[in-house]
Amino acid sequence: MTDLSVTSPSRFRAISETLKKRAFSSPTDSVLTILVFCVLAWLAWALFDWAVLRAIWSAENVDQCGKGTGAGACWAVIDARHRLILFGLYPFDQHWRSTLAAVAIIATVVISCVPLMWTAKRIVTLWVVGFAAYYLLMEGSLLGLQQVTTDGWGGLSLTLFLFSSVVLLGMPMGLGLALMRRSEMPFVRGFSVILIDFVRSLPLLVTLFTAAVVIPIILPSWLEGDKIWRVIIAFALFFACYQAEVFRGGFQAIPKGQFEAGQALGLTYWQTLGRIVLPQVFRHALPSTINMVVITFKETALVIIIGFFDIMASAKAAFGTGEWAPYYLEVYVFVALIYWLFIFSLGQYGEYLKGRMAISER
Amino acid sequence: MSKADELRRKAKRRKILIQAGLIGLSVLVIVGAVTTARTNLEAQGLTSGFGFLDRSTGWDYSFSLVPKDIMDPYARTLFVGFLNTLFVGFIAIFLTTLFGFIIGTARDASNIAIKSAATVYVQIFRNIPLILQLVFLYAVLINLPGPRQAMSMGDTVFLSNRGLMLPGLSVTPGVAVGLLLASFALGVFLIWRKMPLFRGLVVWLGGSILMCLVTAFAMRPEGASLVSVPALQGLRFRGGITIPIELFGMIIAITLYGSAYIAEVVRGGLAQVPKGLTEAGQALGLTTGQIWSRIKIPMALRSIIPPLGNQWIFMMKATTIGVAIGFSDLFYIVSISITQSGQTLELIAILAGAFLLVNGGLAVFTNWLNARMKLKAH
Repeated sequence: MTDLSVTSPSRFRAISETLKKRAFSSPTDSVLTILVFCVLAWLAWALFDWAVLRAIWSAENVDQCGKGTGAGACWAVIDARHRLILFGLYPFDQHWRSTLAAVAIIATVVISCVPLMWTAKRIVTLWVVGFAAYYLLMEGSLLGLQQVTTDGWGGLSLTLFLFSSVVLLGMPMGLGLALMRRSEMPFVRGFSVILIDFVRSLPLLVTLFTAAVVIPIILPSWLEGDKIWRVIIAFALFFACYQAEVFRGGFQAIPKGQFEAGQALGLTYWQTLGRIVLPQVFRHALPSTINMVVITFKETALVIIIGFFDIMASAKAAFGTGEWAPYYLEVYVFVALIYWLFIFSLGQYGEYLKGRMAISER
Repeated sequence: MSKADELRRKAKRRKILIQAGLIGLSVLVIVGAVTTARTNLEAQGLTSGFGFLDRSTGWDYSFSLVPKDIMDPYARTLFVGFLNTLFVGFIAIFLTTLFGFIIGTARDASNIAIKSAATVYVQIFRNIPLILQLVFLYAVLINLPGPRQAMSMGDTVFLSNRGLMLPGLSVTPGVAVGLLLASFALGVFLIWRKMPLFRGLVVWLGGSILMCLVTAFAMRPEGASLVSVPALQGLRFRGGITIPIELFGMIIAITLYGSAYIAEVVRGGLAQVPKGLTEAGQALGLTTGQIWSRIKIPMALRSIIPPLGNQWIFMMKATTIGVAIGFSDLFYIVSISITQSGQTLELIAILAGAFLLVNGGLAVFTNWLNARMKLKAH
């Protein structure tokens, strides 16, 4: 609309038009704009001043940070403790393995975002390979390296491990639950409905806690398994129950005629599902699925409560003892920044996909 | 018999077999779990059942709305935890809904400055895990100066590492909770009467304040003033309302995080209002505020309420993270009870039951609200 009024459409004119309309349309509007931007600029400057200008980037020892002498952020604490935060209690000389493993998971997530990978075969292969690479590197014994059991895993690597195993296990479980919920058999459908609604109305923490403390009581000891695997399976169940609802939304977008067309062609139920319906369901469910994956990554931070040494716990340990104790702020900012980067970029990617799909459907 | 009939019968038989298998498997798992649990508990010398609820706990915890004592029985302690969860949950729901609507509206504003400020807020607080924000905030709060060096605003509001001290009415906590409930009931009544938004808000606020003043006047202790202001006496504050640091941290953290989520819900709802309607409002000479309250919000509420209800349930569930900073919500009380009494299965059942009840209630309330808000013509 604005373009019509601009006789010679230059970029500068367009920008000033927009500004006139959306920032300085009336005196009050102008005052508001200037006031809000001043506050924002002041906040940004204060943050920049603390985090960059007056910051101390490295220090031989804590005294150089000089708490209380007007110095800014003491990033030396990250310099000194970043290995603890990123790798937890993993053996120090094996940290390269933990790094490679974390890179494998991040690469898996990044490659999954490329549309070229969006066929069932490719994406499953990618995730299985990425996860296997992580496990082999971290555990080590199968590669002939020093064995490190899951108790020794920690920090960012553990967070990534929980995240990827939950998504890898939860996705097929979610699809299974969604299919059961659509079933014509009343008991199969009822089973899935009860399970989904039950898990969804409980806090995740309760589900995880139950897996950690109740399962050892109600399962015979040979079925009990490691605590970490019990928690991962419970977490995956949580993911699956939410993801099942996402898939259900995808199924509802498919006209019934598609199933009937499959039947008319003489395809079996599984053939219709696998070749005709599911590819479309996945497409429809993609933005919400990414949203679910983002939420899952955020929620992995909860495992600190049931006693895992994830990145939150290792951050606490990094300033928790002795000399670096006054610099908790810097450590939390560092960890928050890591989370923020992951979650923000995945979220933006989801928004981009949503926009792209909205265009292609028009 | 035709071939088609045979196929149909076969399919039917298969379906019955599958369902029978599923039921059999479920029964097997449950029976197996029960028998294993029985042997395991016997081996540990524990008696199952709810008899432990009458035993006294013997341990203390951080926060309670009603008088507490370490000799309280388990039943009362669990009830205190449940009350705390409801208390924090409802305060969080109220504040997040309020701020969510403000920030969501700002996200939809035509002014670029307001819009970008709201966007920055949402992008920061939505993309960091809630528990990290809570622990972060708690670390900042406990490192605040002590009561003697408390930060103050006009000598009536104080913030120190003990908590936030506010001036308050001279009533007991029990009466205060009663007042909160009455105010909530008034709000529900106004929605039920379908009061227009602005008038409803004015009536609700006015009614609530009047109710508080009258109650405080009638219920205040002999000789006390109507309002009590916190004041430093020796090493601690006396008078006013003290919000302990754990409760303060919980409310702030959940509100900051939840508001960002609700803001997105509100923005989504506002974006779905057809542009022609706002333009029609402008053509009629309505102000921006009138367009917002009479056209945009009534239209948007239809698509806002269902996801808003999900966010409310999320907020209720999010209170469980209180355990990370030692706030005595139901989950915290249950987890301490489990280590102290060993009655794992019973306590987990109580915990799950409480959440099913509360979240079920919230879902019913949301559905009722949704039915109320539907446009008459639809």
